[in-house]
Amino acid sequence: MKEEERPEERNPMEDFLRMDRIPHIWCPGCGIGTVVTSFVEALKKSELDLNKLAVVSGIGCTGRVAGYVKFDSFHSTHGRAIPFATGLKLANPELKVVVFSGDGDIAGIGGNHLIHAARRNMDILVICVNNFNYAMTGGQVAPTTPLTANLSTAPYGNFEYPFNLAYLADACGASYVARWTSLHIRRVTKSIQEALVKRGFSFIEVITPCVTLYARRNRLGDGLNLLKYYYDKSEMRHGADTRTVPIDFQGKIIVGKFVDRDKPTYLECMNTHLQKTLGDKYVPYGVKP
Amino acid sequence: MRKLKADPKGVLTGAHYLDGDFAIAEGSLAAGCRFFAGYPITPSTETAERFAERIPFVGGIFIQMEDEIASITALIGASWGGQKSMTVTSGPGFSLMMENIGLAAMMETPLVIANVQRGGPSTGLPTLVGQADMLQVKFGSHGDYEIIALSPDSPQECFDLTIKAFNLAETYRVPVFIMTDECVGHMHEKVVIPPADQIEVVERKWYVGPRQKYLPYKPDKDLVPFMVKAGDGYRFHTTGLTHDERGYPAINAEAQDWCVHHLVDKITKNAPKIIDYREDQTDNAEIVVISYGITSRVSVKAVQEARKAGIKVGTLRLVTVWPFPEDRIKELAKKVKAFVVPEINLGQIRREVERCAFGRAPAIGVPHCGGWVHDPDDILKAIKEAAR
Repeated sequence: MKEEERPEERNPMEDFLRMDRIPHIWCPGCGIGTVVTSFVEALKKSELDLNKLAVVSGIGCTGRVAGYVKFDSFHSTHGRAIPFATGLKLANPELKVVVFSGDGDIAGIGGNHLIHAARRNMDILVICVNNFNYAMTGGQVAPTTPLTANLSTAPYGNFEYPFNLAYLADACGASYVARWTSLHIRRVTKSIQEALVKRGFSFIEVITPCVTLYARRNRLGDGLNLLKYYYDKSEMRHGADTRTVPIDFQGKIIVGKFVDRDKPTYLECMNTHLQKTLGDKYVPYGVKP
Repeated sequence: MRKLKADPKGVLTGAHYLDGDFAIAEGSLAAGCRFFAGYPITPSTETAERFAERIPFVGGIFIQMEDEIASITALIGASWGGQKSMTVTSGPGFSLMMENIGLAAMMETPLVIANVQRGGPSTGLPTLVGQADMLQVKFGSHGDYEIIALSPDSPQECFDLTIKAFNLAETYRVPVFIMTDECVGHMHEKVVIPPADQIEVVERKWYVGPRQKYLPYKPDKDLVPFMVKAGDGYRFHTTGLTHDERGYPAINAEAQDWCVHHLVDKITKNAPKIIDYREDQTDNAEIVVISYGITSRVSVKAVQEARKAGIKVGTLRLVTVWPFPEDRIKELAKKVKAFVVPEINLGQIRREVERCAFGRAPAIGVPHCGGWVHDPDDILKAIKEAAR
């Protein structure tokens, strides 16, 4: 039977995924796939030229996203997705560059790059899937692990203060900062849609369940339980002061669009400043004539 | 691979009085480099400063990154974005770059890294000369891979070899290193920059063909795969994982065998085309002094004195250090009495000479820990001992 005769068998995301790489490696109940679906939905609704879209990932469970999406996609080293994306964007400014990676990758080993890309207002979108642990390596404590949560390298519970990533990105100068849980499917999609057309550094944190490791070690039930739990525990507060949105173990999760401000991007700052300082001798870069 | 003439915008034609660091910056601009990401570190910073000063008038990017890890990674991104890209660093910064040098090799990304060597290990001698990263440049990142490393011995050669480095990087889709040192980096000499139409620059082999058929890691006849850049509609994937021709991860022994052999063969099988060295009076030589970078300049005096004393001394100066001119050393080893290898480390290249000589001729090192160049007398002494 021909494919077109059975349209129900066609995956609605087929044009956006590398179907020859499916099935993916994520565990049943994992939230990363949902975030990818939201990303694809946002792209469908956007008017972006998808040939001009590049996705960069680091290492880890979320780091595998770059391998599944059918765009120019780069699976870089642990923590270095943001500087990779920085080089890509600056070398070819007509690209829309999206970093898709996890909390350990972006806030742990790559934390330095996160703060500097936000400070420069580098024109990239960072989607940070936060599952509160290093999952690919078997569930170790992360810089985002809430206090007291149990993980394999915090076998008696975590006693380190975690990052509040929204506050961090905000304080460093990001243009757009939002946080959702992976069950806020429409909200995540809408946020990605907004951030895709936002000029400057955008940061979207998505809280997702890690069923196999974080949930099991902390006896939090299965994926559905946890999804629902995060969703029910979340409280929407658009424009909240990011200092007031830390995440406690199984506590309230403040979600929403916290920051949406307009300021010149890195390239705009560079061109404006050098044009002003050097006058006509300056050769503008990455500006369409 | 396309051979072109240099874009005159980047070429500062004329005779200049430049130090090696500045000459590297000028060489990169002449070669068509329009993306520089770097982090300040002595004694290499002047290259970044010169590039930052010049690029606004040429059209391109200079960005000072948050560290050397970010710099090298940004280079890889920029290269896939279609730009010729480079960075410059020294000892500690070079060590920080190692992981992503492996990524550049694995992703087969053309880029250029200059290492203005200082004394090590660790912080070592920030302002003083060393040549002790000669093995690190080849073996520093984990796993088996091949790179190309050049060693200029003057500011003029810093300019010339930087252009060559870009041409090799583009030809072989590989990271290429300019392994200079603090002395050459800070040495001021006359540098002649030719007119743009006399500078040959090479551009990577761009793939042009049906979009569906592009395979980023399918070797061409010369073993080098075609490249595309992000944004051209090919929707390709590349990864630091072991991969197949499609660039898709392939985690098994067969794929590893293919992937690693490809990275290595691409350079070793093309080595005769890459290798470059300068020989002088080696035909009837009893002793051959093998050196590179600043040490070859210092050796000149020792060789002159030895010749005055009646010793038949030839010299072989390594312009490409990696791949190593293995075959030539093997030939020479059959007819010479000994090799003398002065270098500002404890015998890194001496080991390589010894390996290639395979017991046919001894490789006598003239080690120096760094901080200053050799006293030519020490090299002379080694030549005399070797001749005895």
